[in-house]
Amino acid sequence: MLSRVANSIYWLGRYMERAENYARFINVNFNLMLDSPPDLKEQWEPLIMATGDHELYKSRNQSFDMHEVIYFLAFDQNNPNSIISSVSNARENARMIRENLTKETWEKLNETYHFVNKAANGKIWKKEDPRNFFEEVKSQILLSYGLADNTVARTEGWHFRQLGQYLERADKTSRILDVKYHILLPSAEEVGSPLDFLHWMALLKSVTAFNTYRRLYGNISPSGVVEFLVLNKYFPRSVFFCLKEAETCLYKISNSSGEGYSNSAEKAMGELRSKLEFDDVNDIISNGLHEYIEHMQIKINEISNKINDNYFQIKDNFASQTMVQE
Amino acid sequence: MYVNHDSQHSFYDEMYDEDRTLREHYSNFGAFIENISAKKLNQLQFSADKAQMAMGMTFNVYHDKEGVEKILHLDILPRIIPGNDWQKINDGLKQRITALNLFLQDIYNEQKILKDKVVPADLILGSKDFLKPCIGLTPPKGIWCHITGTDLVRDNNGEFYILEDNLRCPSGVSYMLESREIIKSAFPNLFNKLGVRPVSDYPTKLLDMLQFLSDKPKPVIGVLTPGVYNSAYFEHSYLAQQMGAELVSGMDLLVQDKKVYMQTTNGLEQIDVLYRRIDDTFLDPLAFNPDSMLGVPGLFEAYKAGNIALANAPGTGVADDKAVYAYVPKIIKYYLDQDPILHNVPTFLCREEKDRAHVLENISDLVVKETNAAGGYGMMIGPKVGAEEHEKFRQLVKKNPNNYIAQPTLSLSTVPSLVDHKTIEGRHVDLRPYVLYGKEVEVIPGALTRVALKKGSLVVNSSQGGGSKDTWVLY
Repeated sequence: MLSRVANSIYWLGRYMERAENYARFINVNFNLMLDSPPDLKEQWEPLIMATGDHELYKSRNQSFDMHEVIYFLAFDQNNPNSIISSVSNARENARMIRENLTKETWEKLNETYHFVNKAANGKIWKKEDPRNFFEEVKSQILLSYGLADNTVARTEGWHFRQLGQYLERADKTSRILDVKYHILLPSAEEVGSPLDFLHWMALLKSVTAFNTYRRLYGNISPSGVVEFLVLNKYFPRSVFFCLKEAETCLYKISNSSGEGYSNSAEKAMGELRSKLEFDDVNDIISNGLHEYIEHMQIKINEISNKINDNYFQIKDNFASQTMVQE
Repeated sequence: MYVNHDSQHSFYDEMYDEDRTLREHYSNFGAFIENISAKKLNQLQFSADKAQMAMGMTFNVYHDKEGVEKILHLDILPRIIPGNDWQKINDGLKQRITALNLFLQDIYNEQKILKDKVVPADLILGSKDFLKPCIGLTPPKGIWCHITGTDLVRDNNGEFYILEDNLRCPSGVSYMLESREIIKSAFPNLFNKLGVRPVSDYPTKLLDMLQFLSDKPKPVIGVLTPGVYNSAYFEHSYLAQQMGAELVSGMDLLVQDKKVYMQTTNGLEQIDVLYRRIDDTFLDPLAFNPDSMLGVPGLFEAYKAGNIALANAPGTGVADDKAVYAYVPKIIKYYLDQDPILHNVPTFLCREEKDRAHVLENISDLVVKETNAAGGYGMMIGPKVGAEEHEKFRQLVKKNPNNYIAQPTLSLSTVPSLVDHKTIEGRHVDLRPYVLYGKEVEVIPGALTRVALKKGSLVVNSSQGGGSKDTWVLY
């Protein structure tokens, strides 16, 4: 497969997953706010903190008003990670490699692109309750995953796309967890209070994890939720699960056995995966969840860079041509 | 639905004759259209528009705001061509392409036709499209023009004329294929009933032709595109996808030891045939335009060494020049000793004194064209513009006679089209069939019909507000 094509497929996977997760972000915050007592001020700043785009946001906005935050996260074309940017980037990558996509997956993505643009023109962010839009984005993207799952051959291109998708999801699940860290409770005594539990529940619901969690763990507890979303071996949005899937993709791509590593991307991936495999949730919490998450995100970035070095580096005919995305 | 015949009195309408009676090959379809409600027809048109948008059948308009994607309007009403008319087009195009291929082989090698003074040597040797690096070259299997998209028009009597030979990188074939799919879903019952010849095997035939160019048992085929911002990118990716070929751009390729390689995730892989959609002079900055960022350094050397086949061969542009066009009847006679089956539009060569005098005298009745411009640019339609423009072109012709030709203003034929969601009115059309030259010369039984959507307009180019129609060739 052409390096350029592999690069575009990988980023297609990442951007789609990013858009889907941003739709989840906004809905989780909405749900959190709905469960808050009436005297508590709405908190939208934690969401911006968790995305890592706090500085960009502050340079462009005065307050953390709900409508402004939603605009920034969903429709601001100057925010490279907004839903509209991610969907446009995904489509642009897909357009460049259209000959490698099935007709169905391309047309679904194209439709999503037009749908998001239409919503932007309709100024959805000004609505009192824009949740329908985000639900629709989510389900369109999930539908496209379903289409791909049933129409795309499991060859190299498929693995590059899965690799991008799972790596992105690992990063984003960790960020959803981080939202909770940034949300302030009215006082320190509220830790463990009904309000605190409501927050954890909303968090689980946002990643479609609530029912599964209930069945596996029963009671809601912070350590249970963290263990579930970071370390669980079977839940398809847990960080560990995503890394394990991504690692498998790398081995399929390089056609190696999966014992040890055959290139630097596999090495970095394997190291992080095995670290999570043997981490204990109590240690994570006592050492600081936020710090743990931050460290994980840095490692995920490093893995992505290594993938780029190993597979997408285009030996230039013309020195000026580079295609770095982020 | 109501059909407005107002515009039909002075043109050849392909659906209705002078008495406003349906022509025979339109009888089934005409009955269907006259009975369908306006509402239903508009719904079909709406679904067609939506399907095009969903498929991403978009193109970028040159000279327009960057990044604007437009769909080429597809009129829901097809154009129908009966089998016997098509037979003549088929035979005429085969003859013409065979002769032009012989002409190309000759002028880059022995130059007999120039020595025999059938075609003026200076016209060819002085043309900027005559590529000196190609002198002495014979491309794989001796084929120069593998893919041709010849433009034809019909005059007042319904006679077909050749308007332009497009021997470089003719585009539009993806519209022929995708439009057919859309129209099929609009009129599913009519296809069988009328006996419409299929076009959907075009990509298979294209692939066969490209594979034929290499002697390897399983050659690696690529479509070379200038990139995603090219106006025809949709078509490049579409054809690559349909053929299962690699879509490559210049930066995916490199040349080592006069062999062309793709850069893949598993290292380098040799490529044997390129269907290139990049203009000649951008192919290789070492051989041609040194500023080209689109091509591949060393590609031409690899081509000369016989390690890669290029379709179309570099250098074909010299033969589809509008001045050379005037000589094609003589070219056919010279190589094949046959009379042309399809005629040229009468053409005045401004380089010849007698013709030039006629052009300067009658400029307000003529269409003046630059010899090597395309896309409807650099031309003047005499009857449609004022004295100022006439004078401007008189000066241009005098200053640089070699660059201009003139033709009488043709009253192009019309085909009924859905206008403003309200009426069906005649609109002017042209015809672009596609010809493949591999093991043999084959004319695909279908075409891109371009239609001038503006009332009375004769300009069908998509870059200037033209649309398209599905073209049904009957058995």
